[in-house]
Amino acid sequence: MKGNRFWAWVTFAVGIAYFIVPLVATFEFSLRMRRGEYSFDAYRSVLGDPNFHATFLYSVVVAIFTILLGVLLVVPTAYWIRLKLPRLRPVVEFITLLPLVIPAIVIVFGYIRTFGSNSTLPFLATARGTDALLVIGYATLALPYMYRAVDTGLRTIDVRTLTEAAQILGAGWTTIIARIILPNVLIAVLSGAFLTFAIVIGEFTMASLLNRPAFGPYLQNIGANRAYEPSALAIISFAITWACMSVIQILSRFAPKSANRPN
Amino acid sequence: MANATLTETAAARPGAPERSRMRLPLNWLGVVPFFLFALVFLILPTFGLVAGAFRNAAGEYTLDNIFALSQPKLAAAYWVSIRISLVSAMLGALVGLAIAVAVIRGGLPSWLRSATLTFSGVASNFAGVPLAFSFIATLGRLGLVTILLRDLFGINIYALGFNIFSFWGLTLTYLYFQIPLMIVIITPAIDGLKKEWGEAAATLGATQAQYWRMVVIPVLWPSFLGTVILLFANAFGAVATAYALTGPSLNIVPIQLFAQIRGDVLYNPNLGYALALGMIVITGLANVFYLWLQRRSERWLK
Repeated sequence: MKGNRFWAWVTFAVGIAYFIVPLVATFEFSLRMRRGEYSFDAYRSVLGDPNFHATFLYSVVVAIFTILLGVLLVVPTAYWIRLKLPRLRPVVEFITLLPLVIPAIVIVFGYIRTFGSNSTLPFLATARGTDALLVIGYATLALPYMYRAVDTGLRTIDVRTLTEAAQILGAGWTTIIARIILPNVLIAVLSGAFLTFAIVIGEFTMASLLNRPAFGPYLQNIGANRAYEPSALAIISFAITWACMSVIQILSRFAPKSANRPN
Repeated sequence: MANATLTETAAARPGAPERSRMRLPLNWLGVVPFFLFALVFLILPTFGLVAGAFRNAAGEYTLDNIFALSQPKLAAAYWVSIRISLVSAMLGALVGLAIAVAVIRGGLPSWLRSATLTFSGVASNFAGVPLAFSFIATLGRLGLVTILLRDLFGINIYALGFNIFSFWGLTLTYLYFQIPLMIVIITPAIDGLKKEWGEAAATLGATQAQYWRMVVIPVLWPSFLGTVILLFANAFGAVATAYALTGPSLNIVPIQLFAQIRGDVLYNPNLGYALALGMIVITGLANVFYLWLQRRSERWLK
């Protein structure tokens, strides 16, 4: 048993080394901009860059719209499937898993081919339309995560009783979903939302191929042209991902653990 | 749950046949937006590509594009992609499993377990362009590790043939999200190994090695294999990390497809569709295997 513990520590230490060294190296590199001494010049340069502000803001706005679209799409569907059409559940689950089967690059390739200026749905004819298509593309990418989060949340509440109680009190479907179901699965929805945010904020492939001024293509561009700023940006990106995951972790503490009536 | 609902509906039917017939279409209405979205923005665009792969420039049906995938450059791209994905998936799965077992079963302090899981959640989502930057700062020509190895130990890894912009460089970078993903996915499976099994094996006189060989490995095997396949698909579709790390120079399928979408470098749009079809077929097959194995492994996790 003692030997066991020794090897466990060795394995763990090797793992730590592999995961910590790149972060340390990146941080160290990001401080090296000024010759001969450590400084935060690279961060100053990045944070003072108007392109950084513009692209980051653009990606934040796209992320917010993606989350809204995702919630609008997933919450009513997952609720309805649980309440009325449990037989369709495998079909819906299969569809929500498709974005894991079809790589993002293939999805966006399909968009470029299908929604060109001469098509019936000419999303790509205008900049606004392309923005909308990017939001839609991101919503598909986030679909597996959003659906799982919401479905897990729904499992912990008694959907049928809540619905019937609301109906007896005279609530319509919109009221039920917006004022009864959504607040009850809010924590699950927020978990999905922050995961979506983490995925979308630095996404490169779709934004780049749709030619949108997003944060991901900006990162790539800086990487190709600057020496120290990329490291600073990597550290900032890691901090953003870390923040999103921490929020999810904190939220999960507030989530109800067991179902009132196991479905 | 499904059965209960079915019997309820069946019981209600004789009493009110008209009502249930009237309500059926309304029930379907609730999922129409979702299915419409999936159809228009997921299935039709992809289907369009697949259909395009079987046509030539004049719109006639042909298999030429599929055969053209065997031209040396594209075949090599598929081969390199498959190798990178497979190697990073298998190494990631083995190392991830070792770390997960060490943290959960190795008698390490329990706070390490939650710290590891939290970090894994972060690192498995830390992919793409910033990850490439990190590895350039670590193992690039001027990276910290490269310089330390050279100055402290006199080992010049670039003189020894290592290059961050190469097969092993990319594999090493991919492991940064592959290993944590393995840890996140396999932890519930390891938790599912019941203590009673170990005690039962010990009571029957099994050694630790026998317990592992005859209980643990057979139970974990489907989850393990399933996750390897998931990691494979994960690496196979990744574009951003590879593009930011190596630029358009490395010949792997996602990079080829990226260049083709940007500027029709193959001079044949339909061949581009075939390239995409090849990616779907490979990740699709991987996921079919994954789902099948997952179903097998779920038996033990109840």
